[in-house]
Amino acid sequence: MIIELLATPLGHTVAALVAILAFLGLNGLVMVYMERKVCGFIQLRPGPFEVGPRGLLQPVADALKLVGKQLVTPQGADALLFWLAPFISFAPVAICFLPIPFGPIATGMNMNLGLLLILAFSGLNALSLVLAGWGSNNKYGLLGAARAVAQSVAYEVPLLLSVLAIAFQVGSLNLSTIVEGQKGILSWNLFYQPLAFVIYFISATAETNRAPFDLPEAESELTAGFHTEYSGMGFGIFFLAEYSYMIVVCAVATALFLGGYDGPFAPGIWWFLAKVFFLVLILMFFRWTFPRVRFDQLLNICWKWLIPLGLANLIATALVMKLVQ
Amino acid sequence: MSMKTIGQTIKSLWSLIVGLKITTVEFCRPQITVHFPRKEVTNLGTYRGHIDLVPLANDAQTPRCIMCGYCADTCPSGCISLKFHMTGEEVNPEQRRRLLLGLDVAVPRSGGKTPPPDKIERVLDKFDLNYNYCSLCGLCVQGCPVGSLAFSRDVYLVGRARQDFEFDLLGRLKSRAGTNSGKAAA
Repeated sequence: MIIELLATPLGHTVAALVAILAFLGLNGLVMVYMERKVCGFIQLRPGPFEVGPRGLLQPVADALKLVGKQLVTPQGADALLFWLAPFISFAPVAICFLPIPFGPIATGMNMNLGLLLILAFSGLNALSLVLAGWGSNNKYGLLGAARAVAQSVAYEVPLLLSVLAIAFQVGSLNLSTIVEGQKGILSWNLFYQPLAFVIYFISATAETNRAPFDLPEAESELTAGFHTEYSGMGFGIFFLAEYSYMIVVCAVATALFLGGYDGPFAPGIWWFLAKVFFLVLILMFFRWTFPRVRFDQLLNICWKWLIPLGLANLIATALVMKLVQ
Repeated sequence: MSMKTIGQTIKSLWSLIVGLKITTVEFCRPQITVHFPRKEVTNLGTYRGHIDLVPLANDAQTPRCIMCGYCADTCPSGCISLKFHMTGEEVNPEQRRRLLLGLDVAVPRSGGKTPPPDKIERVLDKFDLNYNYCSLCGLCVQGCPVGSLAFSRDVYLVGRARQDFEFDLLGRLKSRAGTNSGKAAA
């Protein structure tokens, strides 16, 4: 009965969504631990160490603390928008995971426009940051929201340009098809489109508001930016969403450039996860290596470098594809 | 956009790679954190804890202190207070300044002569330190004419009340001597 239900497209999608949500919750814990350990090791510290064996239970303790805290709505805040924002931030993440091919079979929903779906729904994140900043009736929140909009609008353009180059090359927006086109390490798109990969990865760092592009929540300037006023799980959900978006952008990078689940010996899903977490590790190294850019620098990098380079790369790809045909 | 700008940009990009290399090297280096309750730090050669009395070379129970009061006078925060009484016969006010000392210590302004015996002896009754006000300037340690004060090496000093930082240094010295002799006997 259950197996029959799972075989229907709806059943498959629901099962995938449940699996994704479970994965996201667990992933939040793993990434918090990983981030703090990476940060600690870089600074010659052990990181969390005392709660549980080698500090493994620290994220659980943190999560329990967040769940147990009182939810405060600031005076003068727009309560509806204020509490809507974290959910608008987190809800689209689950949908972003649906078209990602974790393995040959482990794909939530094999759809033609998978890439487009991910890009469209991850764009919603900017909206949630605006609502959070506007709704909390706080100058830091509002400034953070304003920065988030400028940043998201700017960096979505090079992100799309770099992704388009791959779409031109493969001729598909279906992530499963793109992955199947890369068999063996030498046919990975990374080696055909290195510039697109660099542009994608820089834009992805900016899209996920990670340091050195964490201007919407720059703690030394804006306290905590858009989530200054959030307490308890309101903040927790933003946090979870940020880490989930990191996984989304790294998973898309893996599927587009690093051959997806392609790899010898082990089953594909392990290769996929290994590549994703390797990219996540690089993002974490970025955060603990580079100082935050200034706002004008942030927009200069995008408009003066990434977009022209992305356009040139796209035109070159189009020309080459036309000539090859 | 000139060639200079492009060159500058490539140089800047390279600096990012150099930065990543530095963090990667640091990432792989062993940690320097000491996990306190299970391990303790050992490199305390230059550590300045609160001051402690230094005993005589031949008698661990008695401090080197000659009770001149220099430390109490010179302390900018007034942390130190000491009390003593005199024994033996008092010959004249001139003798008051003379002190019966250990053989390794000379009398001030005596030209290095050992002091005459059976004169006045000062006995230290109390040497209190109020560590709450101490700024660890070290003037007392530096100025002590007989080297009777030294910084302790107690890094893990913890207290919950102000009284926990009011030390009876003479008592500490005696108890330390007691434990040391106990250890030696054992």
